[in-house]
Amino acid sequence: METLSFMAAALSPLNLLLAVIGVAAGIVIGALPGLSATMAVAVLVPVTFGMPPEAALIMLGAIYTGAIYGGSYAAILVNTPGTPSAIATTFDGYPMAQRGDGDLAVTLSTLSSVIGGLVGALALLTLAPLLAQIALRFGPVEYFWLAIFGLTLISALSEGSTLKGFIGAGVGLLLSTVGVSVIGGDIRYSFGSQFLLGGIETISALIGLYCIPVLIDLVATPSAHLQPPEKGRGIRLGEGLALIWRGKLNAARSAVIGTLVAILPGAGGSIASLVSYSEARRTSKRSERFGHGEPDGVIATETANNATVGGGFIPTFVLGIPGTPPDAVILGALLVQGFRTGPEMFTTNASVTYTFIGGLVIATLLMLPMGLLIGRYAFKSIVSIPKALLVPSIAFMTVIGTYAIRNNPFDVVVMVALGVIGWVLARYGIKPSPIVLGLILGPIAEQGFVQGYLIGNASGSVFGAFFGRPLSLAIIAMVLLSVLYPVWRTYRARRLPKESEEARP
Amino acid sequence: MRQTSRFKTLGLSTLVAGMLGASAFAGPALAADAEGYPDHNVQYIIPFGPGGESDISARLQQQYFQELTGQQLIIQYMAGGGGAVGWSQLNEMASDGYTIMGTNLPHIILKPMGKDPGFTTEELKNFHYFHYSPDALIVTNDSPYKTLDDLIAAAKKAPGSVTVSGSGTQSANDIANQRFESLADVKTTYIPFKGTGAAVTALLGDQVKAEWGYTTTAANHSDKVRMLAVASEERHPLFPDVPTFKELGYDMTGGAYRGIAVPQGTSEEITKKLSDIFSQINQNPEFRQKMEDLGFVLIDVPYEEMDAFMAKRSKEYEQVAREMGIIE
Repeated sequence: METLSFMAAALSPLNLLLAVIGVAAGIVIGALPGLSATMAVAVLVPVTFGMPPEAALIMLGAIYTGAIYGGSYAAILVNTPGTPSAIATTFDGYPMAQRGDGDLAVTLSTLSSVIGGLVGALALLTLAPLLAQIALRFGPVEYFWLAIFGLTLISALSEGSTLKGFIGAGVGLLLSTVGVSVIGGDIRYSFGSQFLLGGIETISALIGLYCIPVLIDLVATPSAHLQPPEKGRGIRLGEGLALIWRGKLNAARSAVIGTLVAILPGAGGSIASLVSYSEARRTSKRSERFGHGEPDGVIATETANNATVGGGFIPTFVLGIPGTPPDAVILGALLVQGFRTGPEMFTTNASVTYTFIGGLVIATLLMLPMGLLIGRYAFKSIVSIPKALLVPSIAFMTVIGTYAIRNNPFDVVVMVALGVIGWVLARYGIKPSPIVLGLILGPIAEQGFVQGYLIGNASGSVFGAFFGRPLSLAIIAMVLLSVLYPVWRTYRARRLPKESEEARP
Repeated sequence: MRQTSRFKTLGLSTLVAGMLGASAFAGPALAADAEGYPDHNVQYIIPFGPGGESDISARLQQQYFQELTGQQLIIQYMAGGGGAVGWSQLNEMASDGYTIMGTNLPHIILKPMGKDPGFTTEELKNFHYFHYSPDALIVTNDSPYKTLDDLIAAAKKAPGSVTVSGSGTQSANDIANQRFESLADVKTTYIPFKGTGAAVTALLGDQVKAEWGYTTTAANHSDKVRMLAVASEERHPLFPDVPTFKELGYDMTGGAYRGIAVPQGTSEEITKKLSDIFSQINQNPEFRQKMEDLGFVLIDVPYEEMDAFMAKRSKEYEQVAREMGIIE
């Protein structure tokens, strides 16, 4: 009962207003490639110093959740993930927009994000201490296997050739080694440049690899960017709801995956949405339509990435270990406000914590009307803007956004260079997603492996360290499943061509 | 309502300032005279990502800087290469006193000793060092090591079997471990992680047996961990029961020191003024209390004493670097 009254405190006029402002600001920032959720939260931290702690938290949480959702706009409408969490949303969101269903895709993304956000917040409210213990069971070895599992998803995700998918991942892994290594401190592939010491920034690579090829193609082809929608269709809420109802199992599974992955510090929204996308595709009856504008693909990724918001707060609050990069900033803000994380968050400071969770729920619900409204105009304007205006505006945003990540002009050079390379590679069938996956997962795999090896050595059994832990074995089983499943499917399809054809509706 | 609208405009201005931070770096140096300094906002660049200890310290200073000067301290991040990306660019930035950058020890001394990181220690014009987080050897509450001697005994019994996590290679933690190993004559296995957060997660999850962290780490996780010893001169007020390494017979003091630098061309008057401002912030009792609650130990090294301070530290780290084989 007390919990409920604390949560109801989130409904005070000030808190509500902050939630509205936060969600709106978050959606806009998230929608602009380069302006990430982390940056949005970091920039607004000083503003929150003068506020009561729960109001500050609500505002930061609202921006965060809005930004993760907003990232889907750019993914759907211009094939460029607004935040890394929206990478997988481009797979089906953009094809939907291309064929004139961009409005439906935005509506689906809104509904899915609300569902995911609510599931994440519910987990934070009810299961936080329990789930935080799972996070601690993940040691270096488990992270290593998890990264390997992520890399195997490439075979499931790559359209067309699996081999080309792995080539792309190889390129990404190579890029991830640039700069000063965390373990050993070696300087790799910097070619004497101080700028490359810091490595290749994931978000600048993301912008370059996704956005630049889109821009080049926009200029190179005379046809319209997106198919204009038929007139007078509104926001297609009914259609969207029907699709969500059809994909309810998918949405539920993706929300759970999102929450669980977010609990692991360092994994984050990009991995969560990719894992749930591949699961959705694997279990779907329409798996062959994934990648060509299948609504279930958008539902899976957008539910999962918004579930990471609530999920990521679990280790942040219970253990004082940020689950995602924006959580790190919010944790810093908490410490400055004089808060201690840990059990106190749910006892002495329960009023603040539960008011915040209430605020997070409200912010999530606010995304529904605000998202549908903003999304409708975003879609309309992107469709109606002439290319001559659209291309330079997006190009401008990519440059500013890339620079803003760490105020480094060299990142812009890297972004453009990778964009051109990405365009060439895409013409040979090597898509940006495996490259970005390699870039994100490379360091996780590398660090996990070396740390696991060192720990194994100290305990006397390297083999035992990698293959002797139950959690590791479970992940290894998932790796095997992920690698062997497509092989088995092809085999079965070949053995029983008739039966599988009949099975398809 | 009036209050909220102020938040909103403030938010917008910081947002714009953050996005267009470029203008401050690229713009021509404004006529700078120490008299009216500062008459507009000051960019405070943290050469690490947000959420770390450097960020949190800057956030705490931010509030008091505004109280003292009436101007805002705008915090920006320029992460990469363990700080090297920021420090290698500092001297190319506008030297009008409106751009300052956090610097850290031992980073700025150790990095240039190895391969060329794009800056030298001498090139950085530090004007104030305000605190340090003393090194601490941390274990979980239920660890079998009750005292430092327990850990040393275990390490002596089976050399290399005691695993210790820490943040990074050739970092403050790595150095602390090396010094400890040579002082106590033991062999441990140091396991570098990306950042203090990951290092403490490994400890909490029982992946490693101990962690090299700081008093701040222990303060953050006070319900789950305890320190075996602290590398400060005196016991920390927050942890009166934890002995110092010195008390236990190991001559070891040190940690991660934090300070601020300006681009080299910044005038002496403004540099001194900045040093005064941050010294004053350091004297504020409320600020001191907040810093100590987080586990920091406040020091006060103004601009005038900087050369002597740096020379002393350089000598210390040089010796360790030699032992570690960073320099021959």
